[in-house]
Amino acid sequence: MATREEITSGLAEILEEVAGVNPDDVAEEKSFTDDLDVDSLSMVEVVVAAEEKFGVKIPDNEVQNLKTVGDAVTYIEANH
Amino acid sequence: MSNVDVVVTGLGATTPLGGDVASTWDALLAGRSGVGRLTLEWAEQLTVKIGAQLKVDPSEVIERVRMRRLDRSEAIALIAAKQAWADAGLEDAGLDKERLAVSFGSGIGGALTLLNQDDILEESGQRKVSPHTVPMLMPNGPAAWVGIELGAQAGVHAMASACATGAEAMSLGLDIIRSGRADVVVAGGTEAVIHPLPYAGFANMRAMSTRNDEPEKASRPWDKGRDGFVFGEGAGALVLERADHAQARGARIYARLAGAGITSDGYDIVQPDPECKGGARAMAKAIRDAGLTGADIVHVNAHATSTPVGDMGEIIGIKSAIGTHPVITSTKSMSGHLLGAAGALESIATILAIRDSVVPPTINLDDPDDKLDLDVAAHKARQLDIPAAMNNSFGFGGHNVALVFTRA
Repeated sequence: MATREEITSGLAEILEEVAGVNPDDVAEEKSFTDDLDVDSLSMVEVVVAAEEKFGVKIPDNEVQNLKTVGDAVTYIEANH
Repeated sequence: MSNVDVVVTGLGATTPLGGDVASTWDALLAGRSGVGRLTLEWAEQLTVKIGAQLKVDPSEVIERVRMRRLDRSEAIALIAAKQAWADAGLEDAGLDKERLAVSFGSGIGGALTLLNQDDILEESGQRKVSPHTVPMLMPNGPAAWVGIELGAQAGVHAMASACATGAEAMSLGLDIIRSGRADVVVAGGTEAVIHPLPYAGFANMRAMSTRNDEPEKASRPWDKGRDGFVFGEGAGALVLERADHAQARGARIYARLAGAGITSDGYDIVQPDPECKGGARAMAKAIRDAGLTGADIVHVNAHATSTPVGDMGEIIGIKSAIGTHPVITSTKSMSGHLLGAAGALESIATILAIRDSVVPPTINLDDPDDKLDLDVAAHKARQLDIPAAMNNSFGFGGHNVALVFTRA
């Protein structure tokens, strides 16, 4: 089981790769769209990469609930 | 003939000869070839193993994350267009963007994305296909990205006329300014499809040179030993501007785009009319459009791609539309054939020939075809006073485009 910190740092790697987000800017309270500037198409890439990295399924109807990095961490922690 | 003067105020390019216009022009004047053995593994499996690859990879210019969202043809279109924009001094000119249009095409479009994403679909399923796929492969992608980058709001146009595309983009840009729809048009062509599928297709048509052991000698327009064109990638862009607009802002003016002529052969999907009747009509139209006569055209940057039929047909066309006096050249002998970008790169070469009073050479013309009876600037660049010159581009489908540039 990965810790919340490990999941956050894994998401930071993905965000850097896909959207060029500085890993230092990634924290649980940050909004993907408003704070980290991840557009909707890049968010699709983030989700697909996170599914692979953490061995989870993130259905499309769940993605809209993942507003912040913390939302994604919580979802991944509960489902992987 | 139009009473609206259109001038060229900016140039941009990234080609197999250099990452910008200056390095490309230096290489053309020096007679350097941009053709080499392909550095891609798959090439060893094909009959054609050579090509003219970009001298500077776009990933060296555009940041990595942005490159993920751009087809290679879009990336290099952006590079060329931004160079031309800066060259024209328009970055901080406060141009009214509702008076700025884009005319930018590609011969084949985003095929590299289409083929690569299809591989991903086959291997890994739908989920892995990039959500950026559609804007990367759509044929209007390069024009659209250039328009977004520059904020163009007078219309963004993407034409497709195979190897005449780059020249048709110039012709449309001329029409747009003459008709009053814009003051400035960024016009160009782009192509980046060095991939085994288009290679296999062209190779199986027997259209490409197989001189694999001497790549730099493979593109040899009008030479008896020519055996097909050499596939290249690249992009070129021009800033076209209404002359009084350019003068009012004190812009540097390279040349006038004085006229354009477009015709279609109505003959065959791949073979050009062997007597170049459609090509000659395009040349004659362009000369009339410029308010000139054949006698005024002292230099032609020919389409001549190094194919057995096309090269000699164009000679017949030039003689019939212009005469026997122009000094001609094929810069494809050095750049390879950039397909949809050819007309853009060769427009740049024609404009700089006028500016510098020099015709770039046709390299590899060691043993001229017996029917070649025009004066070619063979092997070495030739000094020549050039008040007016023509650039020809012909494309699969029977598209013929001739452009006339004159000294400003």
